[in-house]
Amino acid sequence: MKAFLAASSGENAAFPGVLQGIRCVLVRDLRIALRRRADTLAALIFFVMVVSLFPLAIGPEAALLRTIAPGVVWVAALLASMLSLVRMFADDYQDGTLEQMLLSAHPLALLVLGKIAAHWLGSGLLLALVSPLLALQFDLSPAATGVLVASLLLGTPVLSLIGAIGAALTVGLRGAGVLLSLLVLPLCIPVLIFGAGSVQAHHAGLDISGYFSLLGAFLALTLVGAPLAAAAALRIAIE
Amino acid sequence: MEGVGNYRVGQYPDILELRDVACVRGARTLFSGVTCQLRPGELLRVRGANGAGKTSLLRMLCGLLEPTQGQVLWRGQNIAGLKEEFSAGLIYLGHAAALKDDLTPLENLQVACTLAAQPLALADARRALEDAGLRGHQNTQVRRLSQGQRRRSALALLALAQTQVRWAPLWVLDEPFNALDADACTWLAGLIKAQLDRAGTVVLTSHQDVPLGNSGDAGDAPHQVLAL
Repeated sequence: MKAFLAASSGENAAFPGVLQGIRCVLVRDLRIALRRRADTLAALIFFVMVVSLFPLAIGPEAALLRTIAPGVVWVAALLASMLSLVRMFADDYQDGTLEQMLLSAHPLALLVLGKIAAHWLGSGLLLALVSPLLALQFDLSPAATGVLVASLLLGTPVLSLIGAIGAALTVGLRGAGVLLSLLVLPLCIPVLIFGAGSVQAHHAGLDISGYFSLLGAFLALTLVGAPLAAAAALRIAIE
Repeated sequence: MEGVGNYRVGQYPDILELRDVACVRGARTLFSGVTCQLRPGELLRVRGANGAGKTSLLRMLCGLLEPTQGQVLWRGQNIAGLKEEFSAGLIYLGHAAALKDDLTPLENLQVACTLAAQPLALADARRALEDAGLRGHQNTQVRRLSQGQRRRSALALLALAQTQVRWAPLWVLDEPFNALDADACTWLAGLIKAQLDRAGTVVLTSHQDVPLGNSGDAGDAPHQVLAL
């Protein structure tokens, strides 16, 4: 174990860039998010409100609520993560730190990955953690709630990753928010289908491993591709 | 010239060269045919009216903007191909101060150095901020600082070069004297002078005369002016 640690720290010394860059941006963005809690909380409260409106509007029909629950929660999660997406690069663009990221000694894609991770921790993760409370309103069984949370945990990172490409493409534009939604929402449809579908399949007593495999595949694909695409988009947008 | 910090000078001199550079923004040609060569220890001052393309030229020197025509060479190689290798030896301070409002000057400075892959010890960061005249404000969020203090906080990065913590052979500064009081102007002029004495290169834009001339021995600071 000690030898392994020594070896890995030696490796870190040889390639300081890989982890250092990601960690630096991640820690910075989390620190900022902690100091501006209102922004993070707004998205979270938006999520809770939107989801809570449905049982109120539709009425106390347990069977119907149980059917629509996964779709409602997933759509609300998608919209809530859109809210904070607009500001992913826009703030950095405005105060000049984005230019400094482009001029960093670290590869830009890795710094972007750090930003995406920070975005997910401040949106997707919180939404997934709150969702069991909302599931109560829809009379979901504990098992179904577990599937819902797991699907959110696996699917929301993909939303942040795809969203980063859109945020990078629209940085510095006027009316970026609407354009961003138009760009990103269609790309998120597959995640929405398989995320909500997994809970519905669980209801129907079907095997859900296929849904999770596909969500995992989306995550693996976007984890590699999205930071590179977003970095390329940023270089174009900043010109 | 000896190498400073972990930067070796010698294999190829730190020469910055503009070769027939042109900039077209939209339908307007801002400038064209700009050619100049900057050797270690030289200062280039870019002059021009508002909108003449000073900032665009500076952004081209950093690789943020691709020249419409011509190329920018660093050590004889096109900077477009050097990427991170070139950025590591560059400090660029643009119009915006590149500070995060919610972080303190100390945290901002540490982030800036980590992004440059030259992590910073706390003591060095404190010293640099004290040099910049921010004693007592190191842990104040930047949003509570005045415009001049923000500029000082951004310029603290340059003060680190003196302690050789964040050495960069090339400084590109866009209007560095803006919003600074007389004391800070003298301080900054001293930093620039020291950078030139270390065989570093400085490119800057400024509407006012660079107060390097007042420091007495301006003669040994080679000074080029590029009028756009």
